[in-house]
Amino acid sequence: MEVTIKEFKHCNMVSVKGRVDSATAPQFTQALDAQMDKGVFNLVVDMSALEYMSSAGFRALLAAQRNCKRYNRGEVFLAAVPDRIREALELAGFTELFKTYADSLEAVGNF
Amino acid sequence: MTALTFPAKFECLDEIRDFVGEKARTSGFNEKDIYSIQLATDEAVSNTIKHAYEGISNASFKLSCDFKDDCLVITVIDHGKSFDPSKVALPDIKADLSDRKIGGLGIFLMRKLMDEVRYEITASGNLLTLVKRKG
Repeated sequence: MEVTIKEFKHCNMVSVKGRVDSATAPQFTQALDAQMDKGVFNLVVDMSALEYMSSAGFRALLAAQRNCKRYNRGEVFLAAVPDRIREALELAGFTELFKTYADSLEAVGNF
Repeated sequence: MTALTFPAKFECLDEIRDFVGEKARTSGFNEKDIYSIQLATDEAVSNTIKHAYEGISNASFKLSCDFKDDCLVITVIDHGKSFDPSKVALPDIKADLSDRKIGGLGIFLMRKLMDEVRYEITASGNLLTLVKRKG
């Protein structure tokens, strides 16, 4: 798994590539936490190069969404979610907790 | 029967997903079902490593994956703490963000993705069986 950060005026984009599972989720959590520690609470998680995500990754997303939405200071958007991952997120009832965009730049534009 | 022994470490998850994915592919499952099988197996094994072998190092477990009677049957046998997934409270997937529980999600997914999830305590260890029917 690889995470890259791109800074925009109103949000940061966290692009996650490869596979997020119990082995790699701590690294994904760390990357999200690092943004919030810097005071960035508007985040786009770009999943266009994500191949796989287990519930360990879902938990990382949930924790980030909770932290960002606290005091109405921000929000996590999901972008370019691959079909298989979207289906699993739907099954877990997670799609209702996140605004989802087909394209990552479209998500950036909505902050 | 193809049974492999894996060390109880999260680093083995990649290999396990490849192993069951390959078996599902050669058995003729479609891409969506292959992903479901890989995800359910990952969740099962992650639970074994996290809960059954909590605090134990150098542990291992056995995993088998076979196709018979139009079903892919995956078993996980461990010798750790017994842990019955059917006794775990399922998360409320309609709950608000603030009430959303973090635990139980893996088991919930396992049950949703597979046709059968069985847990038995046997003489040879804790046996978890996952079944996916083809078509």
